[in-house]
Amino acid sequence: MDLNARIPSGPISEKWDKHRFDLKLVNPANKRKFKVIVVGSGLAGASAAATLAELGYHIDCFCFQDSPRRAHSIAAQGGINAAKNYPNDGDSVYRLFYDTVKGGDYRAREANVYRLSQISNQIIDQCAAQGVPFAREYGGLLANRSFGGAQVSRTFYARGQTGQQLLLGAYSALERMIGAKRVTMHTRTEMLDLVLVNGHARGIVTRNLLTGKIESHSADAVVLATGGYGNVFYLSTNAMASNVTAAYRCYKRGAGFANPCFTQIHPTCIPVSGDYQSKLTLMSESLRNDGRVWVPKDKADCGKAPKDIPESARDYYLERKYPAFGNLVPRDVASRAAKEAVDSGRSVLGGSPAVYLDFQTAIERDGKAAIEDRYGNLFDMYERISGENPYGTPMRIYPAVHYTMGGLWVDYNLMSNVPGLHVLGEANFSDHGANRLGASALMQGLADGYFVIPYTIGNYLATAKQGSVNTDHPAFKEAEKAAEEKLKRLLSVGGDKSVDYFHRKLGVEIMWEHCGMARNKQGLEKALQMIPELRERFWKEIRVPGSSSELNLWLEKANRVADFLEFGEIMCTDALAREESAGGHFREEHQTPGGEAKRDDENFAYGAVWEYKGDNTAPALHKEHYTFEYVKLATRNYA
Amino acid sequence: MSDDNMRITLHVWRQKGPNDRGTLKTYKTEANPHMSFLEMLDVLNEQLLTQGEDPIAFDHDCREGICGMCSMVINGRPHGPRSATTTCQLHMRSFKDGDEIYIEPWQAKAFPIIKDLMVDRTAFDRVIASGGYISVGTGGAPDANAIQIGKKQSDEAFDYAACIGCGGCVAACPNASAMLFVGAKVAHLSKFPQGQVERKGRALNMVAAMDTEGFGACTNHGECAAACPKEIPLEAIMILNREYARAQISGSED
Repeated sequence: MDLNARIPSGPISEKWDKHRFDLKLVNPANKRKFKVIVVGSGLAGASAAATLAELGYHIDCFCFQDSPRRAHSIAAQGGINAAKNYPNDGDSVYRLFYDTVKGGDYRAREANVYRLSQISNQIIDQCAAQGVPFAREYGGLLANRSFGGAQVSRTFYARGQTGQQLLLGAYSALERMIGAKRVTMHTRTEMLDLVLVNGHARGIVTRNLLTGKIESHSADAVVLATGGYGNVFYLSTNAMASNVTAAYRCYKRGAGFANPCFTQIHPTCIPVSGDYQSKLTLMSESLRNDGRVWVPKDKADCGKAPKDIPESARDYYLERKYPAFGNLVPRDVASRAAKEAVDSGRSVLGGSPAVYLDFQTAIERDGKAAIEDRYGNLFDMYERISGENPYGTPMRIYPAVHYTMGGLWVDYNLMSNVPGLHVLGEANFSDHGANRLGASALMQGLADGYFVIPYTIGNYLATAKQGSVNTDHPAFKEAEKAAEEKLKRLLSVGGDKSVDYFHRKLGVEIMWEHCGMARNKQGLEKALQMIPELRERFWKEIRVPGSSSELNLWLEKANRVADFLEFGEIMCTDALAREESAGGHFREEHQTPGGEAKRDDENFAYGAVWEYKGDNTAPALHKEHYTFEYVKLATRNYA
Repeated sequence: MSDDNMRITLHVWRQKGPNDRGTLKTYKTEANPHMSFLEMLDVLNEQLLTQGEDPIAFDHDCREGICGMCSMVINGRPHGPRSATTTCQLHMRSFKDGDEIYIEPWQAKAFPIIKDLMVDRTAFDRVIASGGYISVGTGGAPDANAIQIGKKQSDEAFDYAACIGCGGCVAACPNASAMLFVGAKVAHLSKFPQGQVERKGRALNMVAAMDTEGFGACTNHGECAAACPKEIPLEAIMILNREYARAQISGSED
């Protein structure tokens, strides 16, 4: 497997400039001769599709929702980072770069992260020009707030709906190009396979979700922006239909899957309320600017209402353990601390495991109106879901699966090891290492789509010289047939268990239990035994109603869960092989005496890239060794 | 609040496909008050599935009230009885033991029914494509702080930008008008200095697209704003009318 990251030479601050000059260009008249497929219409996909169309390429863009505006980027709440240093508090491109590499526990590629930090400022300019209603100060300038893992205020936001507003900005740019007939939009269309011709990505096979029709689409390059795989855990903050299928099918066609075990558990989510629970809801990290996290000091107080627990009997454990960062420690650290508090028997009142996020101090200090202005919609959302009023009583929160740092391996050009297959946003692995800092996902999605791929894909198209291919090529027919057969197989099982039955078992009983917030050898080995057993049962006992030649929501779901049932195994294999703790990957065998993650830089400072070797055969491990020339490897210390 | 299960009778619109006749079908089910409305339907669907019946098709995705994919007219109201709440955020604690609940799809000529409770809302995308944007290509934007916008003005623009494109306004309107949806986008962009350049053309083109898609006219019922889960103010329609009139009088040249 070719894992040349193609990092440009020269000082880190000059790499991107130099690279942009070195990249081959496609002249304006020739751009219209190239067709590019963009799969996904979230921040990365919509911004890429719109920008590539503006440049003159013809774009076919695909999403499985009824409109590109529904992509799950829309649910991001808190904000987007940029190194603008508007507050004059010491920020710089270098500091954002440094914080991001450190926040990722030194498991990301320096050159990519530096470029991300450089581009961050252009993103804010672009979005403001589109009419994104960022929060502003009374003087009319943009406002900033703080997020975890940083000691400067560099987060731009739009109330608690930053993802929505940024996505609507990208969506409006995309719709403009659809209106101009430079993008052909395919809604309610799901990618089922990648098609390779002559070793290059030349198209995809899709299913029209309304008619069930399997179709082929050919192009000169494929851009995958299909998000993360957090729904392998069944309960997560992802949208219900978010899935791994597109990325996983690329893996099966030869693309390396990097660091699949790096998943982010977000510390502040609304706790599980019952067996019927279908998903979990995040409460934005921005709440930790003003909210204080605590549990009772004494187990005996756990049955008491929070108002009956005096100040002196409360353990503000993040402020106690990490005085420098306090409640704003990075997500992995905050999540583990919550687990530790609950594991010590101090889960707060109300059934399921939870800790308090308390706004009393902030309300007393700034007044209810100020808190309402900052977080009103989040407080309302909490009240709607839990039935409790957070202005009067602390929120009950607990960590939940939120984001996946792992993804398809890409080089500096965001191209996978399969020539022509480019991967953007959460679907790739490149920027967040073992832990993503808050407000960095929106930054990366838009950086990749607006400002990286428009340059790098030109170089590929100008140099690949693959000639034209249409969907009559046998490779398309073979992929169509395989997709159809898989659907037929799912429909023909005729068992008596629902898809959700298996999804819940995989996610809750295996993945969350053994590959969740804390992992160990024994548990992972057990999971690796349980997953194939469950998969076998799935293919014998599942019941999928209806047919494949019609709208069939249950068939869609079954097809996605079938892939999760294979993919979960790769995650556990990766987690087992990584004999260290790093960021969100916490191996219980590898911790400091204080219970913090203990890295092993000598042996594991690499991206673990897995290669498909056939069904029921173990994948092969390849390594991209990270070199750190600018950031000093150190134990992360937020105390 | 009691944690005891509630017995619920549901009357759900079932329609096999766009060209089939639909009918209300009755189901009895139990629900926990802490369940979301959609989780109650998930549980019912699981039952239907194991009984070999066709489960109820409905649109949903984020289940956080922001993607705008969920719909359903519940007891005659788009998104159900709770104000400022999408169907996915509605919880069973808003109902009581023994309740009968009627669930129907959005009903509008411009939103054809796909199956059961699912409708086709792509008309909204086409309306946006006709002018719901500021034409700035990627690159070349000035420094974000070069454009100063007062906090009040920015906050007002946000109130309109908060639209999730669910179509509840259309479903609530006796004329199936999309004036609140279109007005929200026009109001959002016309409040910003960046949106001034294309202001006239935007109003004319979006209104024309809205009419082409078959949405009805506005006759000031105000049902749209009452049903809007994001509480888009009715003033959006006033702004749209003003922008449209302004553009017509002075011509579409910006």
